[in-house]
Amino acid sequence: MKNNNIFNKITFISLLLLTFVFYWYGKEIANYFDSKWILKYPKHHAFPFAIYTTTFVKWLINEASFGLFTFRDVTRSFAWIIEQPYNLVLAIISKGILKGQGQDATLILSPLSWVSIIGIFFTLALYTKDKFLIILVVFAIIYLAVFDQWQSSMITLSSIIIAVPIGVLLGILFGVLCYKSQLIEKIITPILDLMQTVPVFAYLVPILVMFGFGPVSALIATIIYAMPPMVRTTILALNNIDPQIKESGIMSGCTDRQLMWKVLIPVSKPTLLIGVNQVIMLSLNMVIIASMIGAGGLGYDVLASLRRLDIGGGIESGIAIVVLAIALDRLSQSFANLPTLTKKTRVSFYTKYKKIIFLLLYIIGVYLLGSFFSFFKFFPENLMINTSAFWEELVKYININYFDNLENFKITLLTYFMLPIKKFFLGIPWPWFIIIITLIGWYFGKLKLAALCFVLSVFIVTTGLWQKAMITLYLCGSSVIIASLIGIPLGIWAGLNKKADKILTAFIDTLQTLPSFVYLIPVVMLFRVGDFTAMIAVILYALAPAVRYTAHGVKNINNQIIEAALICGCSPRQLLFKIKLPLAIPEILLGINQTIMLALSMLVITALVGTRDLGQEVYIGLTKADIGRGLIAGLCVAFIAIIADRIIKAGSNKLKNKYGIK
Amino acid sequence: MKVIKKKFNIILSVIFILFAQNVYAVESKDPIKLTLHDWTGQLITTNIMAEVLKEAGYNIELIPADYIAQFAGLQTGDLHVAMEMWETTGRDAIDEYTADGRVVNVGSTGMDAIEEWWYPSYMKEKCPGLPNWEALNDCAEAFATPETSPKGRYLGGPVTWGGYDDERVEALELDWEVIHAGTDGALFAELESAYQRKAPIMLWVYAPHWAPSKYSGEFVDFPPYTTECYTDPSWGINKNAAYDCGKPRGPIWKVASSMLKDKWPGAYDAIEAFTLDSNEMGNLVASVDLDGNTVEAVVADWMSNNKDRWGSWIK
Repeated sequence: MKNNNIFNKITFISLLLLTFVFYWYGKEIANYFDSKWILKYPKHHAFPFAIYTTTFVKWLINEASFGLFTFRDVTRSFAWIIEQPYNLVLAIISKGILKGQGQDATLILSPLSWVSIIGIFFTLALYTKDKFLIILVVFAIIYLAVFDQWQSSMITLSSIIIAVPIGVLLGILFGVLCYKSQLIEKIITPILDLMQTVPVFAYLVPILVMFGFGPVSALIATIIYAMPPMVRTTILALNNIDPQIKESGIMSGCTDRQLMWKVLIPVSKPTLLIGVNQVIMLSLNMVIIASMIGAGGLGYDVLASLRRLDIGGGIESGIAIVVLAIALDRLSQSFANLPTLTKKTRVSFYTKYKKIIFLLLYIIGVYLLGSFFSFFKFFPENLMINTSAFWEELVKYININYFDNLENFKITLLTYFMLPIKKFFLGIPWPWFIIIITLIGWYFGKLKLAALCFVLSVFIVTTGLWQKAMITLYLCGSSVIIASLIGIPLGIWAGLNKKADKILTAFIDTLQTLPSFVYLIPVVMLFRVGDFTAMIAVILYALAPAVRYTAHGVKNINNQIIEAALICGCSPRQLLFKIKLPLAIPEILLGINQTIMLALSMLVITALVGTRDLGQEVYIGLTKADIGRGLIAGLCVAFIAIIADRIIKAGSNKLKNKYGIK
Repeated sequence: MKVIKKKFNIILSVIFILFAQNVYAVESKDPIKLTLHDWTGQLITTNIMAEVLKEAGYNIELIPADYIAQFAGLQTGDLHVAMEMWETTGRDAIDEYTADGRVVNVGSTGMDAIEEWWYPSYMKEKCPGLPNWEALNDCAEAFATPETSPKGRYLGGPVTWGGYDDERVEALELDWEVIHAGTDGALFAELESAYQRKAPIMLWVYAPHWAPSKYSGEFVDFPPYTTECYTDPSWGINKNAAYDCGKPRGPIWKVASSMLKDKWPGAYDAIEAFTLDSNEMGNLVASVDLDGNTVEAVVADWMSNNKDRWGSWIK
């Protein structure tokens, strides 16, 4: 055992040394053997994946036919089915019920006014009996009205109301299928990986052709992006159910179906709700991109105000998205924690539905009042607040007074931190890089992982995108390092201190749902276009999981271990550094893993501030309407993500085994 | 009695239909879908067109859409008209989608896009030779940042915009470095930032846009563009390289789904007839972005002042 360890260390060190030798002398070696291909994969050997993909996708969406109907007929009818409930919700809360189309349309029934919507959210919150939540939700809705975000928020809200249930239902369904059949799980898991890691921009154009231009395509893109965590949590929840519960279900004579829907699913509700929470958050993350393909709403407002450099306008709309996210998320969580009423006592119709009856009366009342006083219909304009000037002045003030300091800070970080990393990744010859990745895969996961790492990295080389992939690694790598340096200490703090936990959670939720477009403009103004600006945007977005998982890991350590440590006379400091942190490392690793995933998913956005990575390639694919180019670059991003994910998970499992945690 | 009433009803409805037909000499009552993008000029163009078509009795729907992503919708007929497709940034997409005839180019809007190197007027003190491009090398250092020093820093458009600035710098032997902004938002964010500090900046600006009216400054005068300049190395100052001249100034096109012409031929003609002048547009944009008027108000104002003009489009 000990010999093995020493051997491992020697191999590790010698490999590291070799890597540096290749990095420093790569050019000389290449020149000596007269083989430049070591440094730069020859262009004419690049396999034209992009062109084949374009041809295939074009054939699929334009010509593919099943005899009676074409592929596009199928997708279009699917779109029609989703469109119906969406239109209904949109009519109720935003547009009103209309007759006719375009400007000929006449309003038959006006939509619910802001006063009524407050009533609905208030009633929903009442069910949870949580006073703090009631106040929070009502204030959130009032924010939307006061800051003149009402119209757009309601459009966004309608798409969330439709996308989230569909995402959750499909997620549970696929999760159950995976639970029942190993084969299906094997097929679906890699698809889930791709759904989460291929940047949305990459498949935007094909989706538009398949599902038509408009809110439905946006809904479908949202569902594709937001559903995977639901599937994963469902599988996890079902697998973690106490076998005794399952057995008692079988013993009491449940059929297969009853066992699933009456026993297993209800038991795993708390875990499932984490999935629901993720679906809500991710759906709101998609608001901006959805608005690019016809969803309108708050996302469109954010984009339009950025186009005018109206920083304040962007922030107000962006915060409206955050406010919606937090209100919906907290509501769904408290509903999750409600004790389920199992007692079947006979109560009168009135007591059972008292709140709903009151709500209906209230809505009718508001509606009638609305025809006399416009206050009940539209939020009065003179009460609205506009903070644009404030934000503009704030950024201007910082810009004029502190630009030089920020510039110095930036240049220091660039020269001593980012550029060395960049040179390192770009300097290593690609064959050596592939060997190293494969060896790492071998060390953590034996043959299977090694093969995966090898195949995926070879794919990236043969697309001819190696250079861009390395820039991607460098940008993500430096961002993840800084995000971890900030996030892990914050997470530890949150894990030890309940008050800090509450504040940090709100802060992190804000960062994760505030569209990055909102802070992109001020950041560009202060740091100019370039890699540094991109890195800041990535860090801000990817910080959240590092904090969250660390806090979770530190909090959830087995109490017996802590007690044992205390009995042995550990000081608080020893307790933290010798017990809690080592035990939390597997969880922290998972947090870093998620940070990497989020960093990669921010790539396309960083292309907007002028980086030259895979994200830019995807973006070029989109703006040039080159379907294949975007998809292939998207796949490369996904493969990087998958390699990182598998290696870190394998590492985390290895550690867990070492510490005997399950 | 009942019969008479019924007949009366029929006659009434026939008259009503005839009457309606007279007022609206319109083909289909389905809404024509025009796309809205995220810059003011396009919102104004589209809203003017929409108002004019409404006057002609067409049913109009305005749909927010991405500049490039909209082509997928135009191709399938989910969307019908896009009012601004710039020669300078949309050429690839136009070529790609008009190839099979499902998207058609409806002709120029009458506005010409200008794209060129641009600097704020306070930079003229530091570099009095401007706007002549030959002064660029003398004051490269005045435009340098720590990252590019001693070369001047030129903030170019996103790589997707093309523009051949890297080639231009090479061909004209300029001591400048081209940095590409990722998007137009980033481009003008830097301008705003530099303008607030009165700091040096040279960047890609295009018109019609609100920036040239909000910030005072000038375009650099390069040797004027000709086709030969881009294709023939021996043309121009540098005998061995192409691109030794300024950027072309291209029209802004209108594009439409091919079904527009079949379904609403009248509307197609009206859209084809639509023209606006670049200066006129510049003023309209400034009235929205600088004076704070709403797009609707500006468009309504334009409509009432130009009745003859738009009247002739829908004849």
